[in-house]
Amino acid sequence: MAQTPNQRYRVAPLRPRKKSWPFPMNIYQTAVGRKWVMALTGMGLIGFVLIHMIGNLHVYEGPARMHEYAETLRTLGGGLMPRGLVLWLMRLGLLGMFGLHLHSAITLKNMSGNSSEEATLIGGAKKYAGGRQHLAANYASRTMRWTGPIIALYLFYHLADLTWGWWLGDKFVSGDPYHNVTQSLSSLPVAILYIVANIALALHIFHGAWSMFQSLGINSPRYNHLRRGLAATLAGLILIGNLSFPLLTQTGLISEDNRECPINETTGLACLVEQAEGH
Amino acid sequence: MSNNAEIINVTIKVWRQDGPTSEGRFETHQQAISTHASFLEMLDLLNESLNDQGHEPIAFESDCREGICGTCGVMINGRAHGPQKATATCQLHMREFSDGDEIVIEPFRASGFPVIRDLAVDRSPLDRIIESGGYITVNTGAASDANLTPVPKEASDQAFDAAACIGCGACVAACPNSAGQLFTAAKIGHLNLLPQGQAERWKRTENMVETMEEFFGSCTNHGECSEACPKEISLDFIAFMNRDYLKAKVKNRALTGQK
Ligand code: HEM
Ligand code: FES
Repeated sequence: MAQTPNQRYRVAPLRPRKKSWPFPMNIYQTAVGRKWVMALTGMGLIGFVLIHMIGNLHVYEGPARMHEYAETLRTLGGGLMPRGLVLWLMRLGLLGMFGLHLHSAITLKNMSGNSSEEATLIGGAKKYAGGRQHLAANYASRTMRWTGPIIALYLFYHLADLTWGWWLGDKFVSGDPYHNVTQSLSSLPVAILYIVANIALALHIFHGAWSMFQSLGINSPRYNHLRRGLAATLAGLILIGNLSFPLLTQTGLISEDNRECPINETTGLACLVEQAEGH
Repeated sequence: MSNNAEIINVTIKVWRQDGPTSEGRFETHQQAISTHASFLEMLDLLNESLNDQGHEPIAFESDCREGICGTCGVMINGRAHGPQKATATCQLHMREFSDGDEIVIEPFRASGFPVIRDLAVDRSPLDRIIESGGYITVNTGAASDANLTPVPKEASDQAFDAAACIGCGACVAACPNSAGQLFTAAKIGHLNLLPQGQAERWKRTENMVETMEEFFGSCTNHGECSEACPKEISLDFIAFMNRDYLKAKVKNRALTGQK
């Protein structure tokens, strides 16, 4: 086709390049760079979720050990740091990672939607009239944009539940996580909510932990075949650990039936400390 | 492959659109066709009868009809280049279909690929990506001796796998995000793997990725592109591009002479 010069660029860029920010912020301006951020923050969040799950296994050692674990988190850094400072620094780090992960996810999703406008979009997904058979995309990869927001909502619920004690009201005892967890998870609707949310989390990690390697360019024939397995193992471990809490509370394995200490923030906690030391 | 040609009757539901800004619609036609015919021959016959009846023939693109030029891609029953794996539309044969089948034919869809007419889309954004870095710099004049530049066997094999990309755009069409990653990664990988491509490596990676992002979506590593690719380009090239892109961003530009 003969083309005149101004016909040559018939397809105008959907998003012309913007002025570059100073290094290293310019990395975040591009989608490939933003996926690096998404992958790194995702990796940090997976690390958190894994450690969080493992730490919570202390409930199986009873209220005293659980209280001791909670205390340990607050006194990280020993005498060098004021009480709670390290915990707060970690919380700030998590918040930062979460914010970046969320921002990159939302903006990149919009970029993809806006690149598919010539196609039929159904529920934000690109469709063809001839049907859309997914040949490679799996359930987890296709639902990242649903599992992500589910995790965000759940996270808020979970903080309000067991950190701020909004829903438990008078029954919430700050510093006695064993009591709070049993109180919260012994309610069936709450247990179901935790189960559903953690399935969403596991799905998210199943695709995320694999996708991460691609985004970070970690790719070598020597260990490529391990990537799926690693993602499945991570997702599986986190799923089993996290599901065990609501399930075992519901079946009565985690309960306060044999509790010796009173349930309050003064004598109760002191009694728990004594018990932990006595062990 | 059976030697006995069979005649099958298929229902063709095809996208018709008069021009870039016109409303599109589906049209349905019946076509009797030999199973030995290629998919494009089936469309040729259909166009002849449309012509005979005084209708406008269906616009679709093709050139080499041997699977190497990359012009012929369309969506067939929701799959880029149709049901046969690792096969461009022109290499697809009607023996992949059965008597009575309905075949839905649509153009490749992406905002970066506006429809020109019917099944023909404008894939020039892929050319913009190539222009921005898909080249190497060599001395013109007398050709240099063959094999003057030694290339490690592994590098040449990998580069060859990447160079198999015919630039058809099936990756973008099949991608739920309409991302241009597989095409761009193949072109970058092809040159970045070879000694001849080293001089512009970092500038190329940066420019091609950023031009790609002007037109296409953001990759989420579904892997649909590689499944749809008639040349089965591997996702590994996307990882390679992602790594080279970050490296390109942190390179000392003064020292690599690529300001
Ligand atoms: C607010 C909640 C969250 C939202 C909205 C969200 C959203 C997303 C989205 C949309 C993606 C991109 C999916 C893709 O590339 O296919 C993603 C990737 C990812 N997410 Fe999340 N996510 C959230 C929380 C989390 C959490 C808690 C973790 C850790 C356990 C996590 C780990 C990951 C990982 C590892 C990736 C892969 C990054 C990559 O593809 O390079 N995300 N997230
Ligand atoms: S017509 Fe050339 S690849 Fe199909």
